[in-house]
Amino acid sequence: MPEAKPTNNDGAPGDEGVQIDLISGARMDGLASMEKIRLILDSVRDGKIVILEDGLSPEEESRLIEVTMSEINPDGFTGLEIETYPSTKPATTSLLDRIMGRESTKKLTVIGPANQIETLHKDETLISALVSRK
Amino acid sequence: MGLLTNLKDSISKVTDRLFADSEPKRIGIYGPPNAGKTTLANRIAIDWAGDTVGPESHIPHETRRARRKENVTIERNSQTVTIDVVDTPGVTTKVDYKEFLDHDMDKEDAVRRSREATEGVAEAMHWLREDVDGVIYVLDATQDPFTQVNTMLIGIIESRDLPVLIFANKTDLEDANIQQVANAFPQHETVPLSALEGNNMDEVYDKIAEYFG
Ligand SMILES: Nc1nc2c(ncn2[C@@H]2O[C@H](COP(=O)(O)OP(=O)(O)OP(=O)(O)O)[C@@H](O)[C@H]2O)c(=O)[nH]1
Ligand SMILES: [Mg+2]
Repeated sequence: MPEAKPTNNDGAPGDEGVQIDLISGARMDGLASMEKIRLILDSVRDGKIVILEDGLSPEEESRLIEVTMSEINPDGFTGLEIETYPSTKPATTSLLDRIMGRESTKKLTVIGPANQIETLHKDETLISALVSRK
Repeated sequence: MGLLTNLKDSISKVTDRLFADSEPKRIGIYGPPNAGKTTLANRIAIDWAGDTVGPESHIPHETRRARRKENVTIERNSQTVTIDVVDTPGVTTKVDYKEFLDHDMDKEDAVRRSREATEGVAEAMHWLREDVDGVIYVLDATQDPFTQVNTMLIGIIESRDLPVLIFANKTDLEDANIQQVANAFPQHETVPLSALEGNNMDEVYDKIAEYFG
């Protein structure tokens, strides 16, 4: 008789797999910059892979790097791996657009724990990553 | 009213000029770890200020505190520019102390180095958002320039409308691929150089004067 698989009720990824969260642009739109960064880092530190439909603004990316650095610790969190497609039309938004927050930052973004995700291949149209269990 | 406006105008002109003279532009040298940022900063400082900025090393994250060399005056045929050169720690999204163990370091030293490195990267990001007026982005031309860190940093620099020059360093090495660097960032000017050998430094200083003068 097959044994029942142990279940994991606390929402954290169990031994049997890696959890992937796809977060819509609509959901991120409702959050302040620091809330977005917190959401991403909490998920990644839990061993989850986060995929953002719309990505982050350059300012948010800069803060994400800064906060990530402050949370790295030996034998624990070693940081994150992040991949986006290169933006195809850089620097086309005007300064006014940027001040008004009309900058287009729509770019699919994949973020995961540095010790579990490895980018195998990346070009303008394809990101290929290998995800391992802890 | 008219008098007051005139007075205000002339005061602000004077302060503008004072400001321009006393506050050289801060030029941040950014790029991934090991690209040759400190080697370049030292060469600029030796050539124009007779001094160095900090130690260079083949071990990544040698620079873990932003270091500034103030009032470096560069003279080119037609113009003179005075800049503060800020050498920054190489930016990354991950640091694992275990990687330093390969460089003949014991665990305690490796852990300390990684903690200092993370603080240094955070500091470099902070400088980029608050304290620099222009950027020299240094890449090791023997490496793939097409990385996420490079893309993100150039995006951050562009979003702040900072003048930026891309330096394709280590052209003395056989594997250097200047064209690949230029292709990765076609919207910016790429200048090839060897900071170690001092190759093409005339063009380097011409461009610095042109972009940051
Ligand atoms: N062949 C060659 N090696 C270079 C050149 N510039 C720097 N290097 C070497 O590359 C290594 C790293 O140089 P650094 O100047 O310490 O690099 P960095 O970008 O400041 O590195 P971090 O501070 O760790 O981010 C050293 O071993 C340098 O001697 C160059 O033009 N040619
Ligand atoms: Mg350095």
